[in-house]
Amino acid sequence: MAHNDAQRKVVIDCKLDKVFYGDFLAVRNSHVPIQKGHITGFIGPSGCGKSTVLRSLNRMNDLVQGFRFEGNVHFHGQDVYGSTVDPVVVRRYIGMVFQQPNPFAMSIFDNVAFGLRLNRFKGDIAERVENALKKAALWDEVKNKLKASGLSLSGGQQQRLCIARAIATEPSVVLMDEPCSALDPIATRRIEELMVELKEKYTIALVTHNMQQAMRVADKTAFFSVDISQGGRTGYLVELGDTQQIFEDPQEQLTQEYIRGEFS
Amino acid sequence: MSAQDPSLITDNEEAAAPYLQRSLLEPRALFSTLLSGAAWLTAIIASIPLFSVLYGLVIRGGHRLGLEVFTELPPAGFEEGGGFGNAIIGTLVTVGIGALISIPFGILGAVFLAELDSDGRVAYVARFCAKTLTGLPSILAGVFAYAVVVLATGTYSAPAAGVALALLMLPTIVLTAEESMRMVPAPMKNAAYGMGCTRSQVIWKIVLPTALPGVLTGVMLAVARAAGETAPLLFTALFSNYWFVENGKAELMTPIASLSVLIYNFSGMPYDNQIELAWTASLVLVLLVLLFNILARVLGRKKI
Repeated sequence: MAHNDAQRKVVIDCKLDKVFYGDFLAVRNSHVPIQKGHITGFIGPSGCGKSTVLRSLNRMNDLVQGFRFEGNVHFHGQDVYGSTVDPVVVRRYIGMVFQQPNPFAMSIFDNVAFGLRLNRFKGDIAERVENALKKAALWDEVKNKLKASGLSLSGGQQQRLCIARAIATEPSVVLMDEPCSALDPIATRRIEELMVELKEKYTIALVTHNMQQAMRVADKTAFFSVDISQGGRTGYLVELGDTQQIFEDPQEQLTQEYIRGEFS
Repeated sequence: MSAQDPSLITDNEEAAAPYLQRSLLEPRALFSTLLSGAAWLTAIIASIPLFSVLYGLVIRGGHRLGLEVFTELPPAGFEEGGGFGNAIIGTLVTVGIGALISIPFGILGAVFLAELDSDGRVAYVARFCAKTLTGLPSILAGVFAYAVVVLATGTYSAPAAGVALALLMLPTIVLTAEESMRMVPAPMKNAAYGMGCTRSQVIWKIVLPTALPGVLTGVMLAVARAAGETAPLLFTALFSNYWFVENGKAELMTPIASLSVLIYNFSGMPYDNQIELAWTASLVLVLLVLLFNILARVLGRKKI
């Protein structure tokens, strides 16, 4: 990966000091800039807080009881955690794809149109739905059964439907929380290809527990680890850099050990 | 693995070839067969009461079932013929008023219990109250509505009956609706939040539509139960020998007829005609309840 794009604009600048669930300190001191047009991969062992950080970016964690965020997340010059910011609006601009495909119990068409209708989209809904499904590489498989239930599709198709649903409203960033971990290798490969196609238009942040996946698709990789020295299990960002550099020439001892441990 | 080696496969098969035939003499198989048989038997026994009641009603009330019973008013004294059209309408009106009161309250209450404050103290108390109310003797609902509505308005009436029936329907609706809203998978709700839905949008666009079949089933079961109630109506609706709508005008604040009270009244009379009509009315009432139950089944079917 070349370094000439180091100056790319940062869309989301996450400066996380502390994240608590109740009294439990889940993540500390992690500065994660998400650059425009890039896929930023989050890797690390279980419990290192990579999902927590991802879900903090669009305030999905607000739905978790006891969640508290210290720090700030800058998105287009505004702090997402500012006291006057509506988390609902944040999520309209920072979309999300989840680990388990979660289509609504409605038709394929309605699933994709859902966000458009939510935002009282005035244009041609059918056209936008078709475009979103095409971008999600699902159109050819479903164009003759748009009225069928979203739940009737296979797992991989459901996940692509969820991606189509997320991009139909043209968010500027799409957060993906282990989007392939419930899928078979072929479906996984399709989603990965899709991510690479989508990244120019939609900046992507991707949590993955599969390091090869990070190597294949991520431009930048953030490595998180767990600190158990204070008695708890607190996650934190160890190192963030170009994917190639993280995997071939990690600067931190911990990153080196994690990457070597996985491959040897 | 050595799957490519044919000789080894044969060896394994011969060594471990298990006996796969079903044998009734084997104790575990015998036990299983006996238990299955017992389960079938109890299932059949459990459905005997319903079918024997239906059979009895058809035999004794079926021959009077005709257009006349739907269009005529109840006969007085030694009169021949007659029907109970006003009682059918009365049952539909009182149950309708009850549903009109209990459905909105019930569903909104369920939204509160399932979505808004599911672990809060208010929810805990409300849920406990609803569960207790399901066991409320129906005659007490009648007494309650008598005290609150009949005494206040000075007359027996359809609205009074509606209040009594609503009291009986409410807990069923709240609890079944809450249950089916809880069944809406969290990932689906997460997806909606992730799309930028507000809480109320998640409830209106995802939770309620997804839970709708279950909610409707609860509503229909409550309606079916209310349609058969007699005791609360004796205190609130009383009975009437006239049409609810007379000369194109509906008089709301007067006593109103109902099938269950008609059955109660006529079955105790010394006239054969009335007793026959009581049987027929029972048949109509059971068919009505059956209709609501079938409706609940049809509405409860998932559409997509």
